[in-house]
Amino acid sequence: MWSYFARRLLIGIPTLLAVVLFCFFLMRLAPGGPFDGEAPVPPEVLANLRARYHLDDPLWQQFFSYLGNLLRGDFGPSFKYKDFTVTELIAQGLPVSIENGLSAIILAILIGLPLGITATLSQNSARDYAVSGLAMIGIVIPTFVTGQLLILAFGVWLKGTPFQLPAGGWNDGAFLNRILPVTVLALPFVAYIARISRASMIEALRTNFVRTARAKGLPYRTVVLRHALKSALTPVVTFLGPATAFLLTGSMVIETIFQIPGIGRYFVQGALNRDYTLVMGVTIVGAAFVIVANLIVDMLYAVLDPKVRYE
Amino acid sequence: MSSVNMTSAHGAALTSAGEVDGRSLWQDAWRRLKRNRAALASMIVLGVIAAVCLIGPYTLPWPYDAIDWDHVEAMPPNMELGHYLGTDSVGRDLLARTLVGGRVSLMVGVLATLVALFIGVTVGAIAGFIGGRVDQLLMRLVDLLYSVPLTFFVIILMVMFGRNFILMFLAIGAVEWLTMARIVRGQTLSLKSKEFIEAARASGGSTAGIILRHIVPNVLGVVIVYVTLTIPQVILLESFLSFLGLGVQEPLTSWGVLLNEGAAELEVNPQTLIVPAVFMTATLFCFNFLGDGLRDALDPKDR
Repeated sequence: MWSYFARRLLIGIPTLLAVVLFCFFLMRLAPGGPFDGEAPVPPEVLANLRARYHLDDPLWQQFFSYLGNLLRGDFGPSFKYKDFTVTELIAQGLPVSIENGLSAIILAILIGLPLGITATLSQNSARDYAVSGLAMIGIVIPTFVTGQLLILAFGVWLKGTPFQLPAGGWNDGAFLNRILPVTVLALPFVAYIARISRASMIEALRTNFVRTARAKGLPYRTVVLRHALKSALTPVVTFLGPATAFLLTGSMVIETIFQIPGIGRYFVQGALNRDYTLVMGVTIVGAAFVIVANLIVDMLYAVLDPKVRYE
Repeated sequence: MSSVNMTSAHGAALTSAGEVDGRSLWQDAWRRLKRNRAALASMIVLGVIAAVCLIGPYTLPWPYDAIDWDHVEAMPPNMELGHYLGTDSVGRDLLARTLVGGRVSLMVGVLATLVALFIGVTVGAIAGFIGGRVDQLLMRLVDLLYSVPLTFFVIILMVMFGRNFILMFLAIGAVEWLTMARIVRGQTLSLKSKEFIEAARASGGSTAGIILRHIVPNVLGVVIVYVTLTIPQVILLESFLSFLGLGVQEPLTSWGVLLNEGAAELEVNPQTLIVPAVFMTATLFCFNFLGDGLRDALDPKDR
C-alpha cells in the first residue's frame, strides 16, 4: 500500500510540471503584458522594467530559470506588489485561505451529513423533500449572491441588534469576522454533502449486510450508524477530493466579497492585473493542494472500504 | 433492460397470443420519465423559459440595451411605461435584459456542454474501444487534468485573451469533458464484449465505423443524463466568471452578469436581483430535476 502512495506522490511531480509548463507558456503567449497601465510607460522605463524581470531573455531561458527558482521555493517577484515576492504573498495568504477552507469543510460535514442521513430515515417524507429541496437551493444559488444576501441581512438589517456581524474585513482573523465568509463558503458543500450522503445512504440501506444486521435484531440506530453509514461515507469522501478544487474557486468569491487577504483574492487581482508570477504561483500552489487532497481521499478509501486494496 | 423487455413482451404474448409490439429503450425510458412528475414538469418549465427567452424580447416595448432617458435610475415595476418588471440602475428594462441574458446563459450552457460532449465522447469511446496503450495514455491524461484546478485556467484564458463569447464556451467546454470521458469509457468497455459488436467486426466493420455506428448510439443514454446535469454547472460557472468581471461584454448581458449587478444593489433595488435570480434558479432547478429523472429512466442500474 505504501509503495502505491509513494508512486502516486511521484506521479504528482510530472503533473505539477505540466501545470507549470502550460501556465507559463499560456501567459507569455497571450497578448498584452503586466505593464499595460492606464498611462503609457515611457519606453526607457519599460525597457528597464522588462530587463529587471528578465522578460527580454529567450522564452525557454525564462522558463528554466523560473523552474530552477521554483525548486528553491522562490516564486519570483510580483509584478504589481512591488515590495513583495510572490512567495511572501502566498505565505501571507495561504494560511488564511486554508483556515477558512478547512472550517468550511468541517462545518459542511457537520451539517450536511446529518441532514442527508436523517432524510433517508424517513424516505419520501416531508422532511426528506425539505432536505432535498434545501440541498438543491444551496447548489443552484451562486455563492456571490448568498454572500451579498448575508452581508445585507447581518451587516445592515440586523445592525444594532446582538446578531449584527461584521460585513467584511478580516481584522486579523477575529472569530466574528470569520462567521459569515465561512458560512457562505460552506453552504454549497452542505448542499452537495447532504445530497450525496442521502443517495448513498439509500443505497447502503438496501444492501444485504444491512438486511442481515437488522435480521440479527440489532437496534435500527446501530444498524444505521455502525453498518450503513460506513459504506455510505465512501461517496462523500470521493466528493472531498474535487471539493478542494471547488474550495479554491469559492475562496476567490468570498475573499473578494469580504475583503479577506487570502490567496483567492490574490489570484483574482493578479489575473486582472496580468501579474504573471503571482497568478502562476497561486495556480501551482492550488494544483499541489488538489493533488495532495486527491491522494488523501484515496488513503481514506482504504480505511473505509475493506475491499479496497492498493497494489 | 432486456430482461424487463422480455418479461413484459412475454406477458403481452400470453394475453393476446398474437404479435408482440417491441418497445425500444427510448420508448421505455420515455414511459418511465412520464411517470416522474417532477421531471416532466421541469421539462415543460424549461421549454417555456427557453421559448420566452427566445421570443419574449421581440414582444416587449423596450429593447434590452435601450436606456429610458426619462427615468435613468432603477425603477420598480411600472405598467404604464412598459417596464413590466422594473428597470436596472441605468434605466434599462429589466425583463428585456433578463430574457436576453437568459439567451446568453442558456447558449453558453448548451454550447459549452456540446463541446464537452464532443471531446468527452470521442476520447472516452476511443480509449475504451481501442484499449491498450491508447487507453492508458488517454486515461492518464484525464487523471492528470482532474488533479488540476481547471477553473484557474478558464480565468487565465478569459483574462489573457479577452472577454469573448466563443472563447468562453470553448474554454468551459474544454474543462468540463473529463467526467464525460470517464463515463463513456466505462460504458464502452462493457459494450465492447457484446455480441453485436463482435458481429459488426465479423462483417468487416472498421474501428471508426463501429465506434460511430454502434458504440456512440449505445452510450447516448448515459451521456444525455450527464448533459442535463452539466448544463446547469456551466451556467453557474458562467455566473462565477461574470462575478469576476469576465462575463460577456456590455451592453450584452447574461444571468450571471445581472445577478452580480443585482447583488450589489440588493439593498436599494431588490428587483434587480430578484428577477434574474428567479429565472436562473428556476432553470437550474429544472435541469437538475430533469437530470435526476432521466437518470432514473435511462440508467439500467438501480431499477
